Amino acid sequence: MRVLSIILFILLIAPATHAQKVQVVLFEQLQQRYTQTNDTVYVVNFWATWCGPCVKELAYFDSLQLHYRATKTKILLVSLDFKSKLSSTVIPFVNNRAIQSEVLLLDESNANTYIDKVSTQWSGAIPATVFCKNGKQLFLEQEFVYTELEKTYLSFLSNSK
Amino acid sequence: MKKLILTVFTVIMASTITLAQGYQVGDIAADFKLKNIDDKTRSLADIKAKGYIVVFTCNHCPYSQVYEQRIIDLDKKFAPLGYPVVAINPNDPKLVPDDSFDNMKKRAKEKGYTFPYLFDETQQIAKNYGATRTPHVFVLQKTDKGNEVAYIGAIDDNTEDAAAAKTRYVEQAIAALSKGEKPAVNSTKAIGCTIKWKK
Repeated sequence: MRVLSIILFILLIAPATHAQKVQVVLFEQLQQRYTQTNDTVYVVNFWATWCGPCVKELAYFDSLQLHYRATKTKILLVSLDFKSKLSSTVIPFVNNRAIQSEVLLLDESNANTYIDKVSTQWSGAIPATVFCKNGKQLFLEQEFVYTELEKTYLSFLSNSK
Repeated sequence: MKKLILTVFTVIMASTITLAQGYQVGDIAADFKLKNIDDKTRSLADIKAKGYIVVFTCNHCPYSQVYEQRIIDLDKKFAPLGYPVVAINPNDPKLVPDDSFDNMKKRAKEKGYTFPYLFDETQQIAKNYGATRTPHVFVLQKTDKGNEVAYIGAIDDNTEDAAAAKTRYVEQAIAALSKGEKPAVNSTKAIGCTIKWKK
């Protein structure tokens, strides 16, 4: 009986935990990843757990991924939280909200070294998002509601064919 | 009708351009009149100085909070040398109640601000400067032509840990200005909270 209840318990919590690992990356690794030459659209969103407008729009990226499973789309949610907050804040946050998209944490203490490499249009304010496919890039320093995100994604898609 | 569309389009374009603008290093920054936490109106001209450390900041933003002590320290160190801090909160308190004028007063008192903490109620000054995030620093140097923008950007190169910062941009900029030189690094970028513009 005890074994059974343990199994039941595990079965119950399994879908909820769906624990995702948050990989810690340097900017160069991140950039190599989203600027690959292939047929995937990379949607890279820069956010942080402490940023209200960022947190609000996170779910929209999951929705985008879900709606456009058929097209090759890769969402990367890049947390700019301090690395020291990874275990205490970022991972619990990601799991509590059951975020489906891949979450990375950027391990760079000096933002001045990478902001311009993402886009010279980026002032450093977040949220900020890059759409990237085969060398074509669209950068936007703004927050999205779902309809806007979808519209931007689709127009980027048709422009980058 | 065509004319109307064209006019509307031009107005939209013009407003987009205005938003994207803001001061560049070398520009002369216009003075302003803003309400201070002592309920008096302040202008840069009221503050006798060689220049100013204008910081767009606020109460609620965690990055402003992380930098708050460093802003207080900048004023302690540089006000006696002629470069006081002038802090400006540009956020719309309707969107972020923490950044209301009353809460600005509270925070300044709690933390012992030694400098003006001004409320940019219309957000026009933040727009004129081209501030986009908090904290966002503009170091001004007084010249015959007016207050010249000498440095725009971050306070230093390590947000999380002041002690681990390798380059303290604002300090270096003022050190150069004090010697009559131009700052070697006059523009940097940093992560920050977006300014909460009125909707």
